[in-house]
This record gives sequence, C-alpha cells and structure tokens, in this order.
Amino acid sequence: MITMEHVCKSYRVAKRNAGMKEACKALFRREVEVIRALSDVSFTIQDGEMVGYIGPNGAGKSSTIKILSGILTPESGSCLVDGRIPWKNRTEHVRQIGVVFGQRSQLWWDVPVIDSYELLKDIYSIPGNIYRNNLEELTELLHLQELLKMPTRQLSLGQRMRCEIAASLLHSPRILFLDEPTIGLDAVSKLAVREFILRLNQEHKTTVILTTHDMQDIEALTKRIILIGRGRVLMDGTLEDMRQLATKHGKPEEEKLEQDHMKASGERKTEQDDESLEHIVASLYRELDIV
Amino acid sequence: MTNYKKYFSFFRLQFNMELQYRVAAVSGVVTQILWGFMECLAFRAFQESDFSAYPMAFSATVSYIWLREAFLAAFTTWNADGEIFDSIMNGGIAYELCRPVSVYNMWFSKTAAGRIARAGLRCIPLLAIAFILPRPFRLMLPAGPQHFILFAITLLLGLGVTVAFCMFTYILAFFTISPQGLRMIFTSMVDFLSGAIMPLPFMPERVRKIVELLPFAGMFDVPLRIYSGDLAGADMLRGIGLQCFWLIVLVVCGKALCRAAERRIVVQGG
Repeated sequence: MITMEHVCKSYRVAKRNAGMKEACKALFRREVEVIRALSDVSFTIQDGEMVGYIGPNGAGKSSTIKILSGILTPESGSCLVDGRIPWKNRTEHVRQIGVVFGQRSQLWWDVPVIDSYELLKDIYSIPGNIYRNNLEELTELLHLQELLKMPTRQLSLGQRMRCEIAASLLHSPRILFLDEPTIGLDAVSKLAVREFILRLNQEHKTTVILTTHDMQDIEALTKRIILIGRGRVLMDGTLEDMRQLATKHGKPEEEKLEQDHMKASGERKTEQDDESLEHIVASLYRELDIV
Repeated sequence: MTNYKKYFSFFRLQFNMELQYRVAAVSGVVTQILWGFMECLAFRAFQESDFSAYPMAFSATVSYIWLREAFLAAFTTWNADGEIFDSIMNGGIAYELCRPVSVYNMWFSKTAAGRIARAGLRCIPLLAIAFILPRPFRLMLPAGPQHFILFAITLLLGLGVTVAFCMFTYILAFFTISPQGLRMIFTSMVDFLSGAIMPLPFMPERVRKIVELLPFAGMFDVPLRIYSGDLAGADMLRGIGLQCFWLIVLVVCGKALCRAAERRIVVQGG
C-alpha cells in the first residue's frame, strides 16, 4: 500500500533577465525564486491497483514519482510505501520497486541488452531460477528475442522502451512506476506496451502507477485517475468523474471551442461522448487554470 | 559476499566495454610513444647541460617516463569517467539511485575497471617497444625482484588513490551547474603535483618536501621510483605509508560527501 500525506516539495530556481548586463549582475547576486513543485499532496493506493497520474507539463508528476522511488526527499509530509519511508532507507526500498523513466535509459549504451540484464541480476541479487523464469516470460510477452543480443545504441525507441520495461521487472517488483512509458512510440509499440502492462497488473497483481500525456493510455489501462496541477491534487476518481468535472467546469469554454470548430469545418458535433478525451482534458486544464 | 559480487559485476561490464574501443587504444599508444621520446630527449639535453645538478640516474628517469606512458590511462585525472559526469548533469543518475547499491562503491568500481582495462590494453605494446629501444632510451628491468613486487603493490595503491580522488571530482559536480571549471583546476594541479609532468625529485628541495606529503605523490611518483630503485629504504616506507593514509582519508571523506550530496540532490527535468 502506498500512502502520501501532505507532501510538499519546492525547488530553487535562479532567474535573471536576458542580456549581458543582467548576466554580469548575476555573477555577484543571484535572484532565486522558490518554485513549489508539490504542495500538500495526499493520496492512498491499494495493492494491485493501476492508477493513472495525469496533469500538464510541470504539474509535479515526475517529482511525485521521484519521491515515491526514494530519489528525492520532500520538505514536509509523510510517505509510506509498504511500510517503508522511501528516502530513509533507499537501498532496501528500491529492491521492491521497479521504475521506468520514459525519457532516460537504464541500459548500458555500448553493450548488448542481455549484458545489462546480467548486471541487473547481480545488482538485485536475483536467484538464478527466478531470473531465468522472468527473462523467459518477459522475452515472450515483449517480443525481445531478436533484441537481446543487440547493443542498446542500435535499438529503435520502441524496441528500447520494451527492453527498458523488461529491465525494470527482472527482479519481480511489487510496485511499478512508469513515468511516460509510451512517449514517442509508434502505434504498434504503444499497443504492445499497453497490452503488456495490463497483463502484468492482472496476472502478477503488480501495483502500477503511470504518468502519461497520452489519454488513450489512460483510457486503455486505468480505472482510477489522479489529476494534479500546480502541485495540488485536483481530482481523484474514475474517467467518468473526470468527464463530469469537465462538463461542470468547462461549459462556456467548450461552447466557444465548439463554435470555433463549427466555423472552421462547417459541421458540429453535438454528442458529448464523441468529444475526444484529449479535448476534454485540454479544456479541463484551461478551466482549472493549471497550464 | 553477494554484496561484493555486484560491484565486481560493474567492474566486469565496464572492463568488457573498454576493450571495445580499439581505435582509441591505438591512437593513445602512438601519442604516448611520441610523447615519451620527446621527454626522454628533453631530459637528456637537461642532463648534458649540467650533469652535477641532475637529481636522478638517467636510466631511472627513462624508466620513469616509459612506465608513466605505459600506465598513463590508469592514472591521469583528466580522463575521468565522462559518463558519470553526464549522469549527474543530465539526471541519468535517477536510475542509478533506483538501484539497491551504494552510489560511491558503484562509481568506484566502474572507474577503477575503466582505468585498468584502458591501461591494460595500452601498456603491452608500449612496454614491448620501450624494452627494445637502443641503450640510453631503453626501459631497464626493475632494480630487483623485491622492487618489482613493491612496484606492483604501490601501483595498485596509487590507482586506489587516483580513483578516490576522481570520486571527489564527481561528487563536487553535484554542487555546481557544470563540472568543467573544477575539473580543469584539478587536472592541471594534479598533473603537476603527482609527477605526471616531471618526476618530483626535479622540484626545488623545499617545494618537493611539501609535495611529497600530498596525496598526489602516491599516484605516479612513489610506484615509478620504486621500480628503478630511486626510492628505497626509509623514504620508500614513508611513501607507501602515505599512500595508505591518503587512500583511507580520501575514501572516508568521499563517502561522507557522497551521502550529503544524495540528500540534497535535485534531479532535473522530465
């Protein structure tokens, strides 16, 4: 079980105006602004749940994931993952979790993928038979057979992402954090990744927390959505709840949008359900003023 | 025991990886042979101009130069691991912090492995050539079997000191926006103080006495002078003692600093 209570985190950002004069001034005195990445974030996630964590860029999604995986230390608030405080005993904690950062790579660049896996086996001290079973299963489900012998640098993004996901699951973690796992993937790879995550959650009861900007990911994978904006939790519920929130909040905005749309294309969609999810989320972001 | 196994695995992977970079090794060997020659000639000219002021036997100087070139890749601080700096700069370290390992030990074994592999690959052709050169420029055999054994031991200790020092430069990168400035100061300072540019006996007496006490002397000067017998007796024991002392101090302080850095870390972007 994961609980976060009243977690706050802020960053210090050095700011200055453009230009030589300003740059010289900043040599001696820096203006530092404190940016609140998370303010008073609370939620609870049960074992085996699959949760979509969404919000605009800079909302605090990655910060939350980093706190939950023990990389960042929050200023205040408490956070427990299966009874552990992530940043207090980092090495014990990370043994039980898997993390995929969609924008970074955990595979060693110049060696075949399988070499990275063998190293991970030693790092996590995975017993031989468990490692073999997991590798076999992951190879089959993510179609890695051809990829394992190739150096990471020569994989396409979609191929690499499949290998990255497998790398995070070799040690059978109970919780998996996915930070934008489908970013930049083509349709086929996206579907493969989604199907795999769904199966993982159903068969192994792995708790999955997923951040993404792709609303189809959310639609395909998660029943529960946590919406975050400007460091605050704005909604915690189902997709339906989010649609309702959008209708309640976004009516005027949506009408205006639709009018624009009508002018442009000469036709008008009246069915609420037909509205693309992307649209709903965009208007919700605007309406809540969190962009 | 299993605890050490994972660091050994880091070592192995990095070692295998370094062996792939063959062109870098060939060009390194060529550069170092030319550089070694140039330096031999310079020291020769120096000796001929004033024989009485020359502080070492010429054959000892030549051995010093060739051994330094052979093991240069293991000891210079300028070829610190770029990947580690990159991971600190661009946030790739996020993944490394998600592993059940100590960041310090992991980087230590990675750096040590990279250096041993690089030097291991390069020292063989270099030593082979240095052993067959004509007389005054030939690399001599060690002064005696015990000298050779002590040379091997102090070479390893020197590598430990070097890597422990590099760890400091990595960790300091946590505290600055770009590590370039600090790296440049450190590398030029260390090149001079470790005897990488010239053997320490060539320094003025007073300066040398201080420099010999610093950790840097343990990197090049101690092992390379033991080989030729230039450093022996009580001075040698003091040199080895200082190597051990600095190795322990650097590792203990480095680990403490690393823990402090991990606590205040900010992983940027994404």
